[in-house]
Amino acid sequence: MGKSTIIPFGPQHPVLPEPVHLDLEIMDEKVVRAIPSIGYVHRGLEKLTETKDYNEMFYVIERICGICSFGHGWGYTLAVEGLMNVDVPDRADYLRTALHELSRIHSHLLWLGLLADGLGFESLFMHCWRLREKVLDLFEKMTGGRVIFSICKVGGLRKDITPEMQNDVLKTIKSLRNEVNSLTKVFLDDASVKNRLCGVGKLSKTEAVDLCAVGPVARGSGVNNDIRLTGIGKYLDLGFKPILEEDGDCYARCKVRILELYQSFDLIEQIMLELPQGPVDVPVKGMPPSNDFIARMEQPRGEAFYYVQGNGTKYLQRMRVRTPTNANIPAMVKTLQGCDLTDVSMLILTIDPCISCTER
Amino acid sequence: MASFKMAKTVLKSLFKKPATAMYPAVPREWTERTRGHVGIIEENCILCGICARKCPTNAIVVDRKGKTWTINRMSCIQCESCVEACPKKCLAMAPSYTPPSVEKITDIFEIPLPDKEKTEA
Amino acid sequence: MKDAMYTIQNFTQIDVSGLLEKVQNLKSEGYRLGQICGTPKGSEMELLYSLDKDLSLLNLRLTVSYDASIPSITGIYWPAFIYENEIHDLFGINFTDSKLDYQGNFFKLSKPTPWKQQAESEKEGA
Repeated sequence: MGKSTIIPFGPQHPVLPEPVHLDLEIMDEKVVRAIPSIGYVHRGLEKLTETKDYNEMFYVIERICGICSFGHGWGYTLAVEGLMNVDVPDRADYLRTALHELSRIHSHLLWLGLLADGLGFESLFMHCWRLREKVLDLFEKMTGGRVIFSICKVGGLRKDITPEMQNDVLKTIKSLRNEVNSLTKVFLDDASVKNRLCGVGKLSKTEAVDLCAVGPVARGSGVNNDIRLTGIGKYLDLGFKPILEEDGDCYARCKVRILELYQSFDLIEQIMLELPQGPVDVPVKGMPPSNDFIARMEQPRGEAFYYVQGNGTKYLQRMRVRTPTNANIPAMVKTLQGCDLTDVSMLILTIDPCISCTER
Repeated sequence: MASFKMAKTVLKSLFKKPATAMYPAVPREWTERTRGHVGIIEENCILCGICARKCPTNAIVVDRKGKTWTINRMSCIQCESCVEACPKKCLAMAPSYTPPSVEKITDIFEIPLPDKEKTEA
Repeated sequence: MKDAMYTIQNFTQIDVSGLLEKVQNLKSEGYRLGQICGTPKGSEMELLYSLDKDLSLLNLRLTVSYDASIPSITGIYWPAFIYENEIHDLFGINFTDSKLDYQGNFFKLSKPTPWKQQAESEKEGA
């Protein structure tokens, strides 16, 4: 046994474009302990609620993160709608579900690309991001923005989609499904990818529960805490069933995300084929009452909390977002203990960290 | 376990035309709904100031005395609130983005004063 | 309002003295910690512990003063260190017996407890 050394990892690191810093205590080639520290990009967005109208606040919430921006917007509107007792029309709920699933596709493709980049598989990375570009184009067509959509609002949606767009979505999903098929084979069967992922960073089911893991990290260990089952959007009407894997290693977490891609394709196709007609918004009257409400949302990265507290004026008293990465950091730290130094980047990547989300 | 799973995809893309466009030689195609920047039809504007009040970032300044409509392009977040709020429908989202710059771009539009405005004031 | 599962909130008011026992009981019942959220209310703070079991939510509400010290629940739920350090750094609430205490270095801030001072100056202005 050698002497232990501390290796600083991040906040600037080639494998991870996220400002997280880890102090890795290394004994020989093994990590003995990892201490995370964040706080490099804290922006204090939650504090802005005191100076912004609850309708305007929506634009701030969306900008928490560029990848899950629709989910953040939806979660916030869900919380305010719960606070103000607003019922959203069916068509808006279906469209929100479809847009959220589309952003899940774009998030997972982005993550798969980053994983390939972390593996050193550059061509795979390029192909994942090429496919993601198609989803972004679809977003631009439907909402007018590639990353920041500004389409959700308290009470529904700001824009309706046209039948041509519906066809476009169906067409794009069809071609995406074909192209993702060829990439899936690489991620799930290729020897070099499997060597890096299989058996690395095991997180057992009990550990995942104890460490309060959420999202694909928890589902990769067989823990079912998918918030889409609580009745948000139209998931229950569409017969949604979460995808669970039992192994709990990096490969399982990767597999969950790939299978979720296909699930999202199915959900979107189903929605686009049976989209009901009708209005997409309802007028919202009055101010948020002095009460509080917690809405939860299943983001591509896991469960997110949106806590709002009103005070009878147009400004909210308090708004808080707890993002999925916040809950997955403990799981990451635990899996890092005892792993090889070379696997550190894989382990951090497979929880799909979004530190900018975490620090609002 | 299998190797060379990627070979087919790579070979295919060798013969396909590139997925990227030769920007800026080939200009980007905009969609109908693209939110690029806010445009204004000066003749229709009545300087009511609703857009300035609705703007979440306070990027728009309406000067009734000086008869100007000013937008700070770098503060604008392209949320389309002003376009929705405009009673005269003289604001619209134009597709192209504000070009990157080392200075904060402020666009000032002179509003030709309609006669009605004079009599009201 | 839709009568869906996510609209059920279950807010429960509890005391600081009963916090650890209550959380311990909930943990043995199989609850999972969702978040801890701090809300400034004038000279007091409101802490909200959100727990989740089988997708149903339970919220423990705690009203404390700024100088009180709260027993840390990191002994029961280790992942709580993130939320406790965050509340300590932003609002200046002290948690005792924490399993992983960053001593105010969790967030890199230009001045200590920025959100607490804001709450106090608002009170003076009112």
